[in-house]
Amino acid sequence: MRVDLDIIQEWIAPETRVLDLGCGDGFLLEQLGRHKQVSGYGLEIDHQQIERCLQRGVNVVEQNLDRGLGNFADDSFDTVVMTQALQTLRQPHLVVGEMLRVGRECIITFPNFGQWKARWHLAFSGRMPVSDLLPYEWYDTPNIHFCTFRDFEVLCRQNRWTILHRQVVSGSRISATFKDFLPNLFGETAIYHLTR
Amino acid sequence: MPSETVNPSGQIQPADSVGIVTPQSARFDRPLELACGRTLREYTLVYETYGELNADKSNAVLICHALSGHHHAAGRHSPGDKRPGWWDNYIGPGKPIDTDKFFVVSLNNLGGCHGSTGPSSINPDTGKPWGRDFPILRVRDWVHSQARLADLLGIEQWAAVIGGSLGGMQAMRWALEYPDRLRHCVVIASALKLSAQNIAFNETARQAITSDPDFCDGHYLEREKLPRSGLAVARMIGHITYLSDDGLGRKFGRELRSGTFEQGVEEEVEFQVQSYLRYQGDTFSGSFDPNTYILMTRALDYFDLAREYDHDPVAAFSHARCRFLLLSFTSDWRFAPQRSREIVDALIRANQPVSYAEIESPMGHDAFLLPSERYRRVFFAYMNGVAAETAPEVN
Repeated sequence: MRVDLDIIQEWIAPETRVLDLGCGDGFLLEQLGRHKQVSGYGLEIDHQQIERCLQRGVNVVEQNLDRGLGNFADDSFDTVVMTQALQTLRQPHLVVGEMLRVGRECIITFPNFGQWKARWHLAFSGRMPVSDLLPYEWYDTPNIHFCTFRDFEVLCRQNRWTILHRQVVSGSRISATFKDFLPNLFGETAIYHLTR
Repeated sequence: MPSETVNPSGQIQPADSVGIVTPQSARFDRPLELACGRTLREYTLVYETYGELNADKSNAVLICHALSGHHHAAGRHSPGDKRPGWWDNYIGPGKPIDTDKFFVVSLNNLGGCHGSTGPSSINPDTGKPWGRDFPILRVRDWVHSQARLADLLGIEQWAAVIGGSLGGMQAMRWALEYPDRLRHCVVIASALKLSAQNIAFNETARQAITSDPDFCDGHYLEREKLPRSGLAVARMIGHITYLSDDGLGRKFGRELRSGTFEQGVEEEVEFQVQSYLRYQGDTFSGSFDPNTYILMTRALDYFDLAREYDHDPVAAFSHARCRFLLLSFTSDWRFAPQRSREIVDALIRANQPVSYAEIESPMGHDAFLLPSERYRRVFFAYMNGVAAETAPEVN
């Protein structure tokens, strides 16, 4: 299991209502349903991922996040989750605002563009970083709004969103060792737990 | 693996067809109280079944037909039949409604004209065809009569009730009227209620029929007449609205069937689309009953899922106990994707399990009947999940 999904499951209370934006193959919702009796819905636009959700009996609704969450009522979910999709949105700040309107809390994960590998790549090759985590060339990447942990926290401050928890995840050993001291330099993925 | 087999009569039959099917009919003597206040003392329902009912009777699927549909949804009645049933694209071995896994029941609704009791049947009180005196039916009347058919077949709970368009309205009504009698509700290209524009199209179609001099105030059968041209025009109007501008354009453009625009030549011109529409109207009016057409379009107009729930679809859906799949088609402007999204939103607000996919298609409302790869895949994935629930546990 992806480490970030593990941590997210810990932050979600049993028998609550969860909306998962960009739910992929529905794995997280399936786990939450099975182990925490969570009633969940996923939003997804990828056709194959939608079929995988249907096949495993996960509620999936074809909906483009860039068109907003206008169809969801205020406070209609306990938690709104979005894993690794923030950087693909046209207006990420508006979507996070919407997540906190629709849900009491939200959990967001995204890749850290301030991680040392990305900085190194850009500094020394002078080209946009391409890595295992972000394997796309700049022109065909779905990731159009990169940010660093620090950038994201500035956004939270400006909008007066409260950060309940933050967890930083790293793949490599060196990053794992230093991520707690210098998360913005060594963290690969951040998991933020926000509330209004 | 061979993809087709030759049946005894020498006709080639695709391996994913249910093959030759025979309609059955069931007679009901227990009176059926109707939403309009009248009672049908006795009635007949014609139906077909495909596949085998399993031992615990948990794999039954009900197909609800749309405006001009009937019981013949899949397979052929005889080897020489030119066309298979109306939903043969999606019912059969290995198809989304997989007859290797499901026992499929498809009936002709009350008020129909393909064998079930309707306006062209004989009214037992008068000995004459019902004609316009046949009771005005609503979607819920169909659902109640379908429940009686389920009783007759020994089906306590459907694995799924499935319908497109007007059929989708029946499926939703099932979820509210008999919440314990279905586990899944599949609603394709449907709506919570028709829009004013939709009612307007239906009214124009009805007017075409009733203003035909051969309509005889609905008693044309007694007078041995048939308002064929009125029904043909009604069908033409309907048909245009079931297709999209783009779909018609792709199929016909401005192609001419006859005549010419050459300068100096006076000759009547006929566009391909004209002849196509006339053909559609003609064939339909030879095989469908005008009073049934009026009855079915009225049932469409009158349907409003949430009417008795204070017009609140969320309150209505809070009674449901099944899972839902909603599908819509991008170019469908009579039952636009937005209508399906309203259903999805209401279901989510009512905390009901629902999935939704919007299928890209240029084919308008008719897309729900036509082959489409993504439609097939989505439908298949969902029904596969339904079948997995009904499959016996392997230890």
